[in-house]
Amino acid sequence: MTAASQPASQGGPVGAAHTRVGAPILRITALRKSYGAHEVLRGIDLDVARGEVLAIIGKSGSGKSTLLRCINGLEVFQHGSLIVDGKHLLHDNARAMRELRQGVGMIFQNFNLFPHLSVGRNVMLAPHLVKKRPGSQNEARARQLLARVGLAEKFDAMPDKLSGGQQQRVAIARALAMDPAIMLCDEITSALDPELVGEVLRVVESLAEEGMTLLMVTHEMSFARKVADRVIFMHQGLVHEIGPPAEIFGAPKTPELRQFLSSLHD
Amino acid sequence: MPLQLDFASVLDQWPLLLRGAAWTIGLTAVATLLGGVIGVLCAWARSGGPRPLRWIAGAYVELIRNTPFIVQLFFIFFGLPELGIRLSPAVASILAMTVNLGAYATEILRAGIEATPRGQIEAAESLALTRAQIFTRVVLPPALRKVWPALVSQIVIVMLGSAVCGQISTEELSYATNLIQSRNFRAFEAYIVGTLSYLALAILVRNLLHWAGPRFLFGR
Repeated sequence: MTAASQPASQGGPVGAAHTRVGAPILRITALRKSYGAHEVLRGIDLDVARGEVLAIIGKSGSGKSTLLRCINGLEVFQHGSLIVDGKHLLHDNARAMRELRQGVGMIFQNFNLFPHLSVGRNVMLAPHLVKKRPGSQNEARARQLLARVGLAEKFDAMPDKLSGGQQQRVAIARALAMDPAIMLCDEITSALDPELVGEVLRVVESLAEEGMTLLMVTHEMSFARKVADRVIFMHQGLVHEIGPPAEIFGAPKTPELRQFLSSLHD
Repeated sequence: MPLQLDFASVLDQWPLLLRGAAWTIGLTAVATLLGGVIGVLCAWARSGGPRPLRWIAGAYVELIRNTPFIVQLFFIFFGLPELGIRLSPAVASILAMTVNLGAYATEILRAGIEATPRGQIEAAESLALTRAQIFTRVVLPPALRKVWPALVSQIVIVMLGSAVCGQISTEELSYATNLIQSRNFRAFEAYIVGTLSYLALAILVRNLLHWAGPRFLFGR
């Protein structure tokens, strides 16, 4: 392995809003995952500090989405351990999984809004069912979150009446409604028309500024460069290089990363 | 001999017809509710349940869908007494219709459930919903909406099929029609009236369900 995990304190430049106190909010140790005989993740070690913003880049098939999906248990891994906010990920314990997932928000490439529920109800569903948040309080919070992503007036709209960018911002509000400690973003702008990418990235950037711990798999290199504290380059199921964006983009150490970066400019 | 139509002597018996129609609607309503519940449970079992349940639900669906309704009805009414289970005609009819509709509803609902995009289930899982919550709140409502027209058609088919329940002396609409023509020998007129009554009931039930589904079951 070219790059092992680094202590969070040696990570990227510490932004003013970021606070890095206490134990890492996410600790991944020797994680291995395979689909049948094919090993997709071949031993991942990673510590993420509270408030840190990580961008994960790499070729398709390098395991970056799989890694992200392991963090909230959407993918089951065979070896290693994963701790989020002090909670061990235990695949075979449904209650523990739900406990852990409450602290981990996820935003998907394809938005995945619930098509039969209005925007407001999409945001309110999980707090109502999982957190038992009382109705009026739940609605007030949903309205506040929708206002925050710039969609206050869409509370009663159905998802299929919204643009992709708007749907993705609703998905962000929906994830935020559970008050997660970590937010996972899985190529969240890849399904958007180019002119809609900006509105979504601005919301993500504001989350980063407010100190949300963010892990994002992304192809938006300029965004990663601007917002991330550390960038992870994944290659063949391993963390191949890790470091502050200036180093990763400005002074790549390995030929694989150099090749990957130059392929982006073709 | 010129054809002499005498609808009056059939329509004179309107209380019998009305009673028959009420029975038909009643049988259908109960079978729809119970069969719908069976359909949802078995569709869940077949698409995501534990292996033994999946197998049992599958066997049930195949058994019912590949045998005639009248045989199922006769088995319940004339066969089960051998085991000491004696049912009244009405209960036997409801049971047969429920079991029959349940099997078809299972397959119809399963199609809708399996068409749920994987991503929506993953989103619900990420939001820490339980499996039961995901099924009832995220998977089922859009699935019901997708398959509602097919399900309504099947309910109407079962209602029309309930005509054979008259064979075990359940006093539904076809039984009433038979009774009338056996009394006044106006078979032609009686069956025209019976046929038109079924047509009217079918249109009524179809429209009612199409109206009610989006309002009470799956939103919009």
